[in-house]
Amino acid sequence: MHTVPASGLLAASWLLIALPLAGAAVLLLGGRRTDRWGHLLGVATVAVAFVIGLACTVQLGGMSGSKSVNLDLFTFISAGTLDVKAGLLFDPLSAIFVLLITGVGSLIHIYSVGYMADDPGRRRFFAYLNLFVAAMLLLVLGNSYVALYVGWEGVGLASFLLIAFWYRRPAAVTAAKKAFVMNRVGDVGLALAIFIMFAQLGTTSFVGVLGSTGALAGGVLTALGLLLLLGACGKSGQFPLQAWLPDAMEGPTPVSALIHAATMVTAGVYLIARSAPIYDHAPAARTVVTIIGAITLMIGAIAGCAYDDIKKVLAYSTVSQIGYMFLAVGLGPIGYVAGLAHLLTHGFFKAGLFLGAGSVMHAMNDSVDMRRFGGLWRRMPVTFATFGLGYLALIGFPLLSGYWTKDAIIEAAFDHGGTTGYVLGGVGVLGAGLTAFYMTRLMFMTFFGRPRWDAGSASTPVDPHESPGVMTVPMIVLAVGSVAAGYLLTQAFPLSAWLSPVFGTNKLESHVVAPLWIGVLVIGAMVLGVAAAWLFVGRREVPVVRPARVSPVVRAARNALYADAINESLFMRPGQWLARALVFVDNRRVDGAVNGIAATLGGSSARLGRAQTGFVRSYALGMLGGAVVVAGALLAVTAG
Amino acid sequence: MTVLAAAAGTGTHLGGAETVVFWILGPIALAGALGMVFSRNAVHSALWLVNTMLCLGVFYVVQQAPFLGAVQIIVYTGAIMILFLFVLMLVGRDSSDSVVETLRGQRVAATVLGIGFAGLVGAGIARATTNLTVTGLNTDQLGGNGNINGIARLLFTRYLLAFEVTSALLITAAVGAMVLAHIEREPGSRRTQKELSRARFLTDRPQTLPGPGVFARGNSVAAPALLPDGRPAEDSLATGIEPQEIEQMPRPTDRAQLGSPDDALGTLDPARDDSPGGRTR
Amino acid sequence: MTLSWYLVLAAVLFTIGAVGVLVRRNAIVVFMCVELMLNSVNLTLVTFARASGTLDGQVIAFFVMVVAAAEVVVGLAIIMSIYRTRRSASVDDANLLKY
Repeated sequence: MHTVPASGLLAASWLLIALPLAGAAVLLLGGRRTDRWGHLLGVATVAVAFVIGLACTVQLGGMSGSKSVNLDLFTFISAGTLDVKAGLLFDPLSAIFVLLITGVGSLIHIYSVGYMADDPGRRRFFAYLNLFVAAMLLLVLGNSYVALYVGWEGVGLASFLLIAFWYRRPAAVTAAKKAFVMNRVGDVGLALAIFIMFAQLGTTSFVGVLGSTGALAGGVLTALGLLLLLGACGKSGQFPLQAWLPDAMEGPTPVSALIHAATMVTAGVYLIARSAPIYDHAPAARTVVTIIGAITLMIGAIAGCAYDDIKKVLAYSTVSQIGYMFLAVGLGPIGYVAGLAHLLTHGFFKAGLFLGAGSVMHAMNDSVDMRRFGGLWRRMPVTFATFGLGYLALIGFPLLSGYWTKDAIIEAAFDHGGTTGYVLGGVGVLGAGLTAFYMTRLMFMTFFGRPRWDAGSASTPVDPHESPGVMTVPMIVLAVGSVAAGYLLTQAFPLSAWLSPVFGTNKLESHVVAPLWIGVLVIGAMVLGVAAAWLFVGRREVPVVRPARVSPVVRAARNALYADAINESLFMRPGQWLARALVFVDNRRVDGAVNGIAATLGGSSARLGRAQTGFVRSYALGMLGGAVVVAGALLAVTAG
Repeated sequence: MTVLAAAAGTGTHLGGAETVVFWILGPIALAGALGMVFSRNAVHSALWLVNTMLCLGVFYVVQQAPFLGAVQIIVYTGAIMILFLFVLMLVGRDSSDSVVETLRGQRVAATVLGIGFAGLVGAGIARATTNLTVTGLNTDQLGGNGNINGIARLLFTRYLLAFEVTSALLITAAVGAMVLAHIEREPGSRRTQKELSRARFLTDRPQTLPGPGVFARGNSVAAPALLPDGRPAEDSLATGIEPQEIEQMPRPTDRAQLGSPDDALGTLDPARDDSPGGRTR
Repeated sequence: MTLSWYLVLAAVLFTIGAVGVLVRRNAIVVFMCVELMLNSVNLTLVTFARASGTLDGQVIAFFVMVVAAAEVVVGLAIIMSIYRTRRSASVDDANLLKY
């Protein structure tokens, strides 16, 4: 990787991070004084960052030669041979992430102005959002794994704060803690990977590490790949660390849209794409990435079919779609661009879907139970339209965003070749069918059918209504993105060309299965899914109460394939037993020994203390005794 | 002095005259030291110490240090010991002269350690200095002059700084002693003899005040006279000593009362003995 | 007879002084014992001055006397002031330092 020093506007790319960070600092330190205009500042910093990011990207696009721009800021850590420089790396890969984060981020900030209008903690909310954007930008812009790690932990913190934003709700606090702990599990992997890099290469910068992967032994590379994957799984909610993501929906809906759908959860994909040279040399680790992706894809899709909580369905959908991306980046050079393209389009339509869900919740007194919705399309036409476009994009309706990018991933999977390719491709097609099923079910239950909501109490009557403009405009913009982004990124302005400086050009000459047939297959699966949804949900009355007598498959899906139970029995219970045993040992053995020593010392000091009589003559006696000892010793030394 | 100095020989062995002097005065000095430690009466202790110091002064003279010998006798024996006696007179003999040891095992331990220390140090010195050659201080080494001249020369040359610092030490000590011993009085509160005389004749007791220590249980000026009924005679209290409570006064030492250290010392704790004029137990 | 006898005598006097400090309770007598110890050290200094043929020992003994004089003055003043407040010259009564 060859980098050039930053010049022009790119030299000011640190502003991208500094602006939201300053916004967060002002809002957090300013206190109530900033309550009146705090949200405007929050929106402004991110919007300006978006403009700067756009300008930087344009400048980058116009550059000839190397497109990796390095900006050294200051020495972060200098200890012995470890010399970590804080710096930014602006290359095409960072650029698309910067645009996604600041672009979608700006829209969601604007949406939040309306969504959080009645919340007394709106200023705090915007401070956290700004903090998140700053940390996320640092994550994608840092020029070393350490800088990435700082951003990585920063988004973890912001995510924790935002999930627990309504910290008076026990469920929100529990979910935040769960997310934090499971993220830590992944972070340990990332931290260990960085330690290995330093131990083996003495550097953690992207240039230094990725440029010298050839010098590392195969085992080390595989270990690095697996540890980075562990980190990515934690952050992106991938198997086996996927359980925190649906619970994270306890946070405000804009948070779910921004962090747990569009940006933060894609950090794992970014990490793996950024570390592509490592995975290029570690095929075993790469295979594990695809397997993880495929498993997560299926888990997410199956669980998504059974939930009645609109946000949880979308959350499992996110898990499933990120599984697609992992599957893609695990496929190697042929999959990077497909995965990243899906990441971008997913960022649009999933954010739009979440904002739509938020709009519905806003209308329904924050209810999330789809069995209590129904027939909303008449009451909320804008929300219905934008949500519907996002839905069509997600299930891969021809010519919309998801169609282009998901097809590309499935194509790449088949192109992987051999049995693996067929298995992965098959999983992808099956996932597409399931996606169509659960999303259609969601649409039917929410927007069609007979209205099933209660009248509500007198003070807070349930009266579904369209959301204000400040909320609908971002949804419309995102809906437009959902429709057009796929075509733009794959056909009009191919992402593969934009990213070729990073991943090189990998034009496959021949396909294992013809793209046309794959297209037919995927559309067929989608149509089957939609039809099944109509069969099971759309044509019948939706029961207001969830049926208790269901098949084991549905019960398993309702419990998210027992992921929490597995986590509990495999990790939590043994951990508790171990902790209890350790507590026992600590109390009885360690504390016993320590207390015993303390008691011995205390007793002996009490006895010695009796010698402390306060009588000068006793002390003088001690002095004379000492003098005798000294005289005796001197005599013994000189005479002996 | 010249005779004694001449008696001092050179070489390892000393002259006969000095030997005689040592063997006469040495035991006397030792006896004085022991007497000081073992005398119950502090005044006797002081006199024993004077005895020892005089012997040491003679030793100094014999050992070619006539100036030090003179200083020893004049300053130490003369001035410092007199100061001791003054303070003794002021403080008085009190129960701390009791022969009963209050700290358990203190005497035994002190004796054992003392004998051990003397044995170890004495043996070490004897062993190390058996062949100590006497160089002697003849006139050449004194710079051609006498002992005093030699000491003066050293004091004002090599030890000048220490000498000057000593002066600071002395002035500090003098000021310190004044501060410690001083009792603050209101200026002008001291009455003239005329006023005192008038005041006395205005009372119903024109005769002299009872002397301190009359019927007292201690012989200190701080102990007031006791009236026939056992109460202290307030007007017998010496001036210059702060007023005191009868309970805080030292008690006479009676073997029958020596049950505990506090009893032996006369308690300072009012709660233990709150009846004036005697013990209730 | 040799010079060692002076030194042995000094050691014995020093020890007697030390034991006196330990066994006597009257602060003034304790003080006298300290003076005895100082004097015995002076005797050693004078003896060694004679043995080595220089006057330095005598000068130092002189300084010891000066310091002893200063110490006696201050010490006796302290005993006086303690006596004034506590009505006792026993070193055992001044045992509150323990607390």
